[in-house]
This record gives sequence, structure tokens and C-alpha cells, in this order.
Amino acid sequence: MTVTAMSAARGGARGFLGRLDASTFVSATLFVAFFGGWELAVREGVMPAFVLPSPSAVLVQVLADLTSANTLYNCAYTLTEILVGFFGALVLGVGLGALIALSPMVDKVLSPYIVALQTIPKVAVAPILVIWFGFGIESKIVIVALIDFFPILVNAVAGFRSTDPRQILLMKSLEASDWQIFLKVRLPNATPFLMAGVYISMIFSVIGAVVGEFIGSAQGLGSLIVQRQAGMDVVGVFSVLVILTLIGMCLNFAARFVGKRLAFWSNTESSSGI
Amino acid sequence: MAVSAATRLVAPPVRTPFIALDGVAKTYDTRFGSQVQAVETVSFGIDRGEFVSIVGPSGCGKTTLLKMIGGLLEPSAGAITYDGLESGRKKPQLGIVFQDAVLLPWRTVLQNVCLPVEVMRRNQQQGEALARQFIELVGLKGFEDKYPNELSGGMQQRASIARALVTEPAILLMDEPFGALDALTREYMAQELQRIWSSAAKTVLFITHSISEAVFLSDRVIVMTARPSRVAEIVPIDLPRPRDLQMTTSEAFGRHVARIRKLLSATGEL
Repeated sequence: MTVTAMSAARGGARGFLGRLDASTFVSATLFVAFFGGWELAVREGVMPAFVLPSPSAVLVQVLADLTSANTLYNCAYTLTEILVGFFGALVLGVGLGALIALSPMVDKVLSPYIVALQTIPKVAVAPILVIWFGFGIESKIVIVALIDFFPILVNAVAGFRSTDPRQILLMKSLEASDWQIFLKVRLPNATPFLMAGVYISMIFSVIGAVVGEFIGSAQGLGSLIVQRQAGMDVVGVFSVLVILTLIGMCLNFAARFVGKRLAFWSNTESSSGI
Repeated sequence: MAVSAATRLVAPPVRTPFIALDGVAKTYDTRFGSQVQAVETVSFGIDRGEFVSIVGPSGCGKTTLLKMIGGLLEPSAGAITYDGLESGRKKPQLGIVFQDAVLLPWRTVLQNVCLPVEVMRRNQQQGEALARQFIELVGLKGFEDKYPNELSGGMQQRASIARALVTEPAILLMDEPFGALDALTREYMAQELQRIWSSAAKTVLFITHSISEAVFLSDRVIVMTARPSRVAEIVPIDLPRPRDLQMTTSEAFGRHVARIRKLLSATGEL
């Protein structure tokens, strides 16, 4: 009894230690060295605190921000821009991607324009979009959607084109309709590609929202950065940076979680990392 | 003279085969504007419940022929009739097994076998019961919830046979179904197919590269010539059933194999 309990405990410990391999150790050491060194440099006066605040000061500010109603409202505002813009781009990108991949006509007509539009730096278009759609949330949603659209579209086209012709032949032998072939074969086949587009777009979304708010907005984390920068509040700016990073990480985690469920059968879904 | 008259008297009456190919030909247009004749003129019939194999040199249009019978390609000339009716008017339920299993990797074995049930909008519950029954028949019981990448090549091909059977087809069209398997698995699968064929009472049209596989499984073997293909000869295999691997070393078996090999060599390409 004790023997089995012990071996079970040892097995558990091995399972835990097994995950703590050399790479985890190096990764943790790097973290401590980097932030420890930074903290030390600021405390010892190597860097003046108004230029580079210490990590501990930033952490205190982050905690204060995350409990202030005003900052949380700004978080929600930016997150709304990100999510609405992203899902808009997802619907349009996947829809148009399917049309381009499956209809040679649409492909021929639209592809030159899409290639041309794709080469325009989207961030440079943002000022015009603010003029067109105003200083409210709409212009930021459009900017996010515009930035997200192309990675999703390009991956969707590749995904819908990657269908195994043998699977189509199988469906045809079952006298499946085009819609059934799309739903049961083409769409599931495209999901690993669609998820690749989603991972890229999720990161781009944060950039788009912040850039949009930089150009003109009274709300959101981007405008909070601008306000704090105007007040020389470097700690405050760093705090918003940390919050934006946290938002990006959460979105990325959520996307990976969904991707692993939808495209679990594909070997492009790696178990960890990028 | 008298003997031949007597044989004519006892000759069976003309009857309609289950599937009949009458002067079927297929010509492809190439990208360069010229035409390639894949199938010259092919005529033969398959009876209900019969196991017929087609052997022939590679590229002789066997797959083209199978696709035309399966309704996936239109013949350029000639007619394919089912029970004496034109293919456009009546088509029996077909089950097709390809060289690769072509299972959908995001579906479990059971979900893959149920695919035809969903596509044809049959009753889901009956379909699933039938699917489980055929999964058991092909020897995959216990693997219903596995994904294709968790199965060996032979098991994947079994699942695809179950998928072809789930529509309860009148005829099973098999295009080199064991071509991608290793020699031992292949022999084993041939035995299994014989067992499935006799217990499911199906008509089977089986395409293969392997002469001994064809002799082992078939009631008749159709030997094709090289492209453009014609029927060189139809060889009846009168070996008793059920056949086992022991039989493949028998003298009668060897004679059939030698006969077909000779026919294939005569077509010039092998």
C-alpha cells in the first residue's frame, strides 16, 4: 500500500519534473536575469527612473490600473475594437477566400485588386479612415478589420485550394451536392490554414486598435498612452504597454485553444510555442 | 457436327447481365489539343453476386473504366446498362473503394463510415446501426472512436470498405484497394475481402495489378491489353470456394496464373 502510494507520488513528481526540462530552466533564468538586472540598474541610478522606471514600479502601477474603473473602461473599449474588427475581417476574409478559391471567375476579376490593396501599408491609411469614420469607435474597428483582413484572406484562399482531390472524388461518388462538399470536406480541410491566419490577425488586431487610437480618439488604451505621454508619465505608459501585452497574450491563447480543438488532426498544430 | 448442334441446343438462353458494357470507349483531350484514347472499345457483362477482376498493364485505362461504371465519367462512345436500362435512367447504388483509403482525418472511424449516410440524408440512427455492423464485419470492432492517423494502412482500408458497404450498394467497385499495402497485409486483406464478399452477398468489380490476387478472389478475370485498351480475354476461375492461401500453391491455381500471365505478355507490355 505504502509502496504503491510512494510510487504514485514518485510518478507524479516525475510528471511534474518532466515538464521542467532544461529549456524551462534557461527560460526562467533569462527572466530573472533580465528583470533583476533592470531593477538593479534603476535602483543603483544607472538609469534615471523618469526615463526607465523599475519593473517593480511598473508592476505597482499595473495593479493600480487594473483596479481603476477608468482604465478598465479603456481596456473594454480597445478590446471591443479588436474583437468586432477581427470577427468582421474573419467573416469577410473567409467568405471572399472561399469565393476566390472556388470560382476561377472571381479569382481572375478580383485578384489584381487584392494584390494591389495588400501592398498598401494599412497603417498609412488609418488617418483617412479616421476622417471618414470619425473619432469614435467605428474608425478603429475599420482599421482593425482592414489590417486583419489580408492575412485571413490569403490563408483562406490557400486553405480552400488545398483540398485533397481524392476526397472530392469520394464525395462525388456519393453524389454529394457542392454545398455538402464545401461543408463536409473543404471547410474542415481549410481550418488549419484559417487558424494560421487567425493567429497572425489576432496580433495585428492589437496593433491596429492602438494605431487607430493614436491618430484620434478620446478613449481606449492607445489614447491613454498618448495622454500619459503628454504628462511625462513614463511609468503609466509602461503600465499600459504591459496591459496591452497581456491582452495580446490572452487573445493568442484563446486562438490557440480554439485552433487545437478545430484542427486537432492537423500536424501543423504544434503543442506549444509559435 | 452433331456435337456442336447439341451444344447449341443446351446453350443457356440470352439473359441480361446485371451490368453490361457495350462498346464503351473513352477519349481524353490533352492540353495540347490532341486526343488520347484511354479505352478503345470494351464490352463485357457482370452478373449479380459475381466477383469480377480486371487485370492489365499500368496505364491501360482500368481506372477510367471503373470511373465510367461508377458514373464519375461519361463514356465517349458505347453504353453502360444496369439491368438492361441505360445508365442515365437507372443506376444501382454503388460503393467505391479507392487505392488509398481517403478517410477524412478529422472524423473518427465511425464518423467516416457514417459519411455516406449523412450525405445521402438517410435515417441517421439506422445508418449508425448499419455502420457499426459493417465496422464489425470488416474487423474494426473496438476502433470506432479512433482517428484515421491512429490506424495502420490495412485498418484504414478496412474502414473505407465499411464506408462503401454502409450504403448497402448493389455493386462494390474496388480500384486497386490493396495496392498501397505491404505483401503480407495484402494477402491477409484478400482473404478478408473474400469473407466479406461471401457474407455481404455483393457484386464486386475489382481492379488489381496482382495476378494471383485476381485468381484467388474472382469468379472471372478480365484481362486487358495495353492502351488503348481492349478486352484481351475473359478467364473463368473455376476453383472451389471458400478459397484459402493453401490453394495458391495448388497446380490448378498455378495454371490460371500462368494463363493470365501469358495473355498479359502477349499484349506486349508488362
